[in-house]
Amino acid sequence: MKKIFILILFFITSLTNFNPAYSISPDVFIQSTVNRASQVLSENISKEEKINKLKLIAMETVDIKGVGFYSLGSARKSLSNEQKSTYSNLFKNYFLKSFSSRLAEYTNPEIEVKNKQILNDNYTIVKSILIATDDRPEVKIDWRVYTKNSDNPLIRDLIIEGLSLARTQKEEFTSILNSNDGDINALFKILEDFSNN
Amino acid sequence: MNKILKIIFLLIFLTSNAVAGSDGDLKLSSKNNSTKDCFEPLNRATFAFNQGLDKAILKPVAKGYRSLPAPIRKGTGNVLNNLSTLITIPNNVLQGDLKLAGINTGRLVVNTTLGILGIFDPASEMGFPKYVKEDYGQTLGTWGIGPGCYLVLPVLGPSTVRDTAGMFINVMGGDPYYNISVNGNNEYLDGELFAATKMLTGVEFRANNIESLENLESNSVDFYASVRSLYTQDRANKIKNIQRGSVEVIYKEDGDWEEIDTK
Repeated sequence: MKKIFILILFFITSLTNFNPAYSISPDVFIQSTVNRASQVLSENISKEEKINKLKLIAMETVDIKGVGFYSLGSARKSLSNEQKSTYSNLFKNYFLKSFSSRLAEYTNPEIEVKNKQILNDNYTIVKSILIATDDRPEVKIDWRVYTKNSDNPLIRDLIIEGLSLARTQKEEFTSILNSNDGDINALFKILEDFSNN
Repeated sequence: MNKILKIIFLLIFLTSNAVAGSDGDLKLSSKNNSTKDCFEPLNRATFAFNQGLDKAILKPVAKGYRSLPAPIRKGTGNVLNNLSTLITIPNNVLQGDLKLAGINTGRLVVNTTLGILGIFDPASEMGFPKYVKEDYGQTLGTWGIGPGCYLVLPVLGPSTVRDTAGMFINVMGGDPYYNISVNGNNEYLDGELFAATKMLTGVEFRANNIESLENLESNSVDFYASVRSLYTQDRANKIKNIQRGSVEVIYKEDGDWEEIDTK
């Protein structure tokens, strides 16, 4: 009787706690991501290996597709589905190369998450600092986290000392499109060349 | 008196949009705060010239500066910061921040005397708030004057019509250090020393940003556009007096993010 009671209790408890996925707080997500990246950067491995490992982390934690379409600005509205698909692939390769190469320059960066501010259901800003060393002062880094799916938050922007990397990239792409009469193929070629070089 | 008149004239000139070359679309009012690159071909050419100058002279000098012992670099940075408070204080006043003007005046007095002409920074150790530079371009911005067109100045680098006007105010009487060294009649300071100080400020900035600029250049598909974007973002933050890295309106202003849905 006691065993049956325990089984029923276990069953009810399991049912009431049933949750196929767990919501992750954006600040915990960022701290965990930077810890993973820091670990890779402090490992005694070659730069190439570091870059490959950082790429894997970026693919899991960054909304590369979202950043890509944001970077395209209003030009994204006039793309065909085929062009969107081509762009997404080119941007992914470009982003991973650019992002991981930038990060790989740092050795053992220590980032401390301070707090977070919820902007709306879709976005939370997580505030952190890159702790100062003898060579450089403290750097403030904010992370724009896309929280529409709270079970799988994703990074969409890094704001370093108030300067948004996504916005900088968007203005770069806009400049390229403007100087090529809005020809998306010119941007495709530049992204391809960058990734291949 | 003549200088004050010149400054007033410059401010009226700016606020009335009387900019040579404007086709009437160019506004320097608060209604249009976006920075247009009206002279892009010329700016790109100047940018290329500046990059050449940087590679040939500034970067090697900055690397040399970086090899100096840390206390010398620290002391030099402190002296330059201390001199910059001479411009910051009148701008604090012009922006209506009298309390901060008082604090920065105290900082200047303490660091110039106890800190031996600013070589040391006892004010920070005494608990003065963190020093934030202000200039006339920022003041014009806080008064509601928009940036106008983006400009790349030879040697001096990125700027805007408004920020360039701000620089002119410095040499029209707005910078006490310039007034004393260039126009003043004294045996210790002269125009050459003023020019050397400004060059040293450039070298120090370059030395502090060697890696970040290299990194930015090698990972940009349009380095010119990246620098322009970073400059305009930085100036906008400074004008809004947004503490760097804090969550402010800048994040809410960018509505483009709301349209991106990849879920």
